[in-house]
Amino acid sequence: MPDAALLRSLQGEASHAQPAWILIAYLIAGVCFILALRGLSSPESSRRGNRTGIIGMAIAVVTTLLTHLSQVAAKGACNPNFSCEQKPFLEDWSTLGLIFAAIAIGGGIGLITARKIQMTAMPQLVAAFHSLVGMAAVLVGAAAFLNPEAFGIAVRITPIYGPSIINILPVSRIEMGLGVAIGAITFSGSVIAFLKLNGNMSGKPILLPLRHVINLATLAAILGLIAYFTMDQSPWVFFTVMGLSFAIGFLLIIPIGGADMPVVISMLNSYSGWAAAAMGFTLHNSAMIITGALVGSSGAILSYIMCRAMNRSFISVIAGGFGTDGAAAGGGEVIDRAFKRGSAEDAAFLMKQADQVIIVPGYGMAVSQAQHALKEMGDKLKAEGVRVKYAIHPVAGRMPGHMNVLLAEANVPYDEVFELEDINSEFAQTDVAFVIGANDVTNPAAKTDKSSPIYGMPVLDVEKARTVLFVKRSMGGVGYAGVDNELFYRDNTMMLLADAKKMVEEIVKALG
Amino acid sequence: MDFISILSIFVLACFVGYYVVWSVTPALHTPLMSVTNAISSVIVVGALIAAAAAGSASSKWLGLLAVALASVNIFGGFAVTARMLAMYKKKERKDA
Repeated sequence: MPDAALLRSLQGEASHAQPAWILIAYLIAGVCFILALRGLSSPESSRRGNRTGIIGMAIAVVTTLLTHLSQVAAKGACNPNFSCEQKPFLEDWSTLGLIFAAIAIGGGIGLITARKIQMTAMPQLVAAFHSLVGMAAVLVGAAAFLNPEAFGIAVRITPIYGPSIINILPVSRIEMGLGVAIGAITFSGSVIAFLKLNGNMSGKPILLPLRHVINLATLAAILGLIAYFTMDQSPWVFFTVMGLSFAIGFLLIIPIGGADMPVVISMLNSYSGWAAAAMGFTLHNSAMIITGALVGSSGAILSYIMCRAMNRSFISVIAGGFGTDGAAAGGGEVIDRAFKRGSAEDAAFLMKQADQVIIVPGYGMAVSQAQHALKEMGDKLKAEGVRVKYAIHPVAGRMPGHMNVLLAEANVPYDEVFELEDINSEFAQTDVAFVIGANDVTNPAAKTDKSSPIYGMPVLDVEKARTVLFVKRSMGGVGYAGVDNELFYRDNTMMLLADAKKMVEEIVKALG
Repeated sequence: MDFISILSIFVLACFVGYYVVWSVTPALHTPLMSVTNAISSVIVVGALIAAAAAGSASSKWLGLLAVALASVNIFGGFAVTARMLAMYKKKERKDA
């Protein structure tokens, strides 16, 4: 009887030995992906970056097809389900046909969706795409579990008596278990995020009793089972890990409210990367590992930026429950306080007189699709000699960079659009701050009121402008944080109560 | 490749990712998400291996399904990123 560990390691290494050109091809693909992200450092280089990414993906796919189909041609002759030497090449061609059909169906759906989707629906689309990456990781993990020899992660041990046993390498079991777990969490979490963003499900947090206990217990069970999986490769262990991971993804996201979606969507982005990396470990594939690490850190950094922009810890966002139903939390006394209400004509008059107007867009602009009307208003004002700038808070909207994309869609030049830290000092020298569909990110209470739930969050200093025009649907609603905005009742604030798009269109009309 | 080489690639790639992503301009954070989405579908490599391999019919069909899902993401992700990036324009000085 040969030493089992030695045999395992010998065969394990052997099955991963690949010709150098294949390893180099995957490495090049990985480098292309790095360059694709590097290109995003400026809008000019970004388009080239995207093309580099496409090239990298093409290299990875073609390399895999070339190497693995040829291996099937050689090995397929001994398919254990059929008798040996059963027309391996015919099988090969039909497989290739099926693969191309799968690519064509998926690719077609992807292209049509990408062309038709409205820019305001971008957060939902990204969430949906994340769920697909998660599901693909789960499926690949399951396929690897069912056919480990094809992935070169198993050793076949043939005892003297009885049938041969296919033993998955212990390291591969951990990698596979983690990959499937992260993939499943990404999938079910993204589905919930999609439903919340798409409005199929209320953005309100859903709070189960004992949810922290349930979540921690489930996570512990998943990790424990993955550890146990190294000793026992029975299907029940594998599929229980999968099932529990689907459940925890669901449980993790339902208590998180709509306003925290920028963090959630970045976090799921990160998870989809780690899932790909774990699968890359299983397959010993450098392109997958590099990409997984890139995407994983990208999502993690975006989550960090989003949390910092809300002055909240990552843990508190994940724990959920923030921004419960707005109306009940702080809505009671809102209606009674005096505020100034203005008309579109008033707003047009004020802005026409101004030297500089800073426009502060928020999620409300996206909801009412006001970006095109807003751009028209900006053009009219520029024709009157007014300087127009846009100020964007990092968490405005439902995903990182959401407002920037919408303004770009409306043809607002990107050098008129500024980030919080670059423009905040300018409000003091600005005649009119035009807040449209944003609320919490302009609330001065974040700077002064220690008892406010948003205290410490960096906000745009709109109240320093000579006049604040605040476009809002009605006085009743409060921001997602569930806090009243003291800005509404200031002497230099004029409320423009209407649908954002209608109001802007009326202002455009009034500007003549 | 042995486990240590793979781990080295992974750790170094995390650092590369860290520095590259911090250099991305905040205005392009949405395209960043959609393009990372597209490239993380490189998991299609695993799906193709499963789909191309003989030996287990269920594994093969799971692989094919994964190829289709990942393709939605690859084509959709790159296309929607290209569509977004095409919209970012600079100010034409004469207009202003």
